[in-house]
Amino acid sequence: MTLHATMPLLVFDNVAKSFTLHLRGGSVLPVIADATLAVHPGECVVLGGASGAGKSSLLKMAYGNYRCAAGAIRVRDRDRIVDLATAAPREILGLRRTTLSYVSQFLRVIPRVSARAVVEAAGREGGLGPEAARIRAGDLLARLNLPERLWALPPATFSGGEQQRVNIARGLIAERPILLMDEPTASLDAQNRAVVVDLIAEKRAAGTAILGIFHDADVREAVATRIVDVAAFRGATAA
Amino acid sequence: MNPQGPLSVTVSAGTGYNFAYLDEGTKRMIRRAILKAIAIPGYQVPFAAREMPMPYGWGTGGVQVTAAILGAADVLKVIDQGADDTTNAVSIRRFFTATAGIATTTRTADATVIQTRHRIPEAPLAEGQVLVYQVPIPEPLRFLEPRETETRQLHALAEYGLMHVKLYEDIARHGHIATTYAYPVEVAGRYVMDPSPTPKFDNPKMDDCPALQLFGAGREKRIYAIPPYTRVRSLDFEDHPFRVQSFDRPCALCGAEGVYLDEVVLDDAGGRMFVCSDTDHCETRRVETRRDETRRADGHTGEAA
Amino acid sequence: MEPLLTVEGLTKRYGRRLACDGIGFSLDPGEVLAVVGESGSGKSTLLSLIAGEVAADAGSVSYRMRDGETRDLDALSVVDRRALMRTDWGFVRQDATQGLRMAVSAGGNVGERLMGVGDRHYGRIRATALDWLARVEIAPDRVDDPPTRFSGGMRQRLQIARNLVTAPRLVLMDEPTSGLDVSVQARLLDMIRGLVAELGLAVIIVTHDLAVARLLSHRVLVMRAGRVIETGLTDQVLDDPQAAYTQLLVSSVLAA
Repeated sequence: MTLHATMPLLVFDNVAKSFTLHLRGGSVLPVIADATLAVHPGECVVLGGASGAGKSSLLKMAYGNYRCAAGAIRVRDRDRIVDLATAAPREILGLRRTTLSYVSQFLRVIPRVSARAVVEAAGREGGLGPEAARIRAGDLLARLNLPERLWALPPATFSGGEQQRVNIARGLIAERPILLMDEPTASLDAQNRAVVVDLIAEKRAAGTAILGIFHDADVREAVATRIVDVAAFRGATAA
Repeated sequence: MNPQGPLSVTVSAGTGYNFAYLDEGTKRMIRRAILKAIAIPGYQVPFAAREMPMPYGWGTGGVQVTAAILGAADVLKVIDQGADDTTNAVSIRRFFTATAGIATTTRTADATVIQTRHRIPEAPLAEGQVLVYQVPIPEPLRFLEPRETETRQLHALAEYGLMHVKLYEDIARHGHIATTYAYPVEVAGRYVMDPSPTPKFDNPKMDDCPALQLFGAGREKRIYAIPPYTRVRSLDFEDHPFRVQSFDRPCALCGAEGVYLDEVVLDDAGGRMFVCSDTDHCETRRVETRRDETRRADGHTGEAA
Repeated sequence: MEPLLTVEGLTKRYGRRLACDGIGFSLDPGEVLAVVGESGSGKSTLLSLIAGEVAADAGSVSYRMRDGETRDLDALSVVDRRALMRTDWGFVRQDATQGLRMAVSAGGNVGERLMGVGDRHYGRIRATALDWLARVEIAPDRVDDPPTRFSGGMRQRLQIARNLVTAPRLVLMDEPTSGLDVSVQARLLDMIRGLVAELGLAVIIVTHDLAVARLLSHRVLVMRAGRVIETGLTDQVLDDPQAAYTQLLVSSVLAA
């Protein structure tokens, strides 16, 4: 196995994040400092540590949702390296199309769009043809045990677990080199957790670099190639 | 048109009014507007319309144009709905007889100036004649675009898509272009113009007409013109081409076909007949027919057809 | 890629009040930019300045025309500018009575732009109008009804059809969903989202509703008192607002 022999796809280089709370007199809330981490193809790095330690913040920075206060977040996009900390909005949007997938904790529902269409649209955004997107969307929803009678309905009225499965299908349908997962199994039963574990294994085998947060100890054990404790990223000099 | 010399004072004998009622300064102002209108066919030229001794809607615009162009040698014909004997036509004719002392006629061929409220005479007009239209609303875009600033811009830029919206609405509602009067025309390939309340039946007569056509709107203070021999095209759609009304019967009085007919109600029982709207045309034909009959009765060979 | 629209230093003063103070941004083809802020922030003035309905005191707006040439809109003749506005641009207004001809049928409203560019075939114009009404989910039997007989949501959908019929590349939208019931709003937003993606439209949408910005836009421009307070990727600005005013704006929204 030469997992680490290849170049990393995602690198955090001395990344810091803090929030300035203007509504609370401008107090500064430091979250992360000196975070350094690399994720290689085929790896599944799981972020560990107590809640509030900044795990979600790291993922959101990697997707460009949160700004980066210091340091660099380097993403390999085919033959070039892009620093998310300094990239222009359009560049980040471009990376999301080609390189970065993100499975959030909750599905942000879009009114009137059916579950299947939500997943298909994500596939097309990720470069699949209409027919391929349709087939893959059906395959994924079936594997995730979403009853077929729900496929044509908008997910707004689904249960938390059903919505989450739509969300996972949406995040996994496209083939992108980097996959970010923020507690994707939180509201799933054991059977569906096992499905997600399998899907992650398949992504790894295909060379995807995965960075995720998994609270469930079984899932974490099953998917992690490495666990990184975020508590280490508090910064030596942080007050 | 035999205008007086610019400085001559022309008081009509006996009335105390200046020749043709308006003072010479006003006439010159109106003539300047007319000249500009002729120079820019179809373009609405603003002018300082005067109060006339008749209410708006009775042809104050047309009367001012007529007053400005009349000369002592002119022969005036006035028609309303094609008829010489309606109140409006008679009043205006009397007005000019009194204030200008000019000759009047009901015969189209004899007139040098013809003021009209709706119709264009059936008899072809000739070079040297002037047809003066009384116009109530000169702006063809008005009903769709109430802002004057905007309609002026639309004219200036020749943006006439809106005019077709009106025709579109007609077809959508009635299955065909149901506008039968004030049917918009494009003059000399440029300005779109409202031909007053003239029935669209008469629109083709405006095209390439040897006579000068002048339009006067008193309340709206606008004058516009179609110079002789100008291309006048009625707007339409490729798949709904412009068509004039056709009547399924001849005139009940003179038997004329291909002319514009008015419906005349005869009694309370619903009796009605259709007769020429152009009374002069109708009468001329009937006189000719009687003469032919008389000739035949007298044993002459009837060569007239 | 060369931007479709470039706005530089756009400034407008009403008396002593600065409605827009040196606003600048660029917009790529297919990009959706939301301009958010409270009423009086200058966001609607910005839209009017871009559309050339209000003359700017300073600054410029340039646009890449269909022939590939980027032109300063101020340098265009009135004729060219108006032609651009009714072919390659659209403007969907908050008040439908400002954006529609209320006395003209739905079909006539959609067909007007076609007739404006010289289409003179009634059957074709009507077929196109019917097609567009279907795309904005207005039943074909309403084609001859005037918008006065339409609900608020239908009027906005008709406005959208009326604007999109000439396949514009840039559409300006001024609070297109405000004043509508929540469910009607959702339907309209979803329709706009679908059309924008399908047609690859570039859009500048002015809204006070952050949820609208999140659903539709790629990038967002936060305005206050005529100035740009913050700009960036929409979810970045909404999830990790930097400026005090943006934090206030984001925290003032009820989470749905």
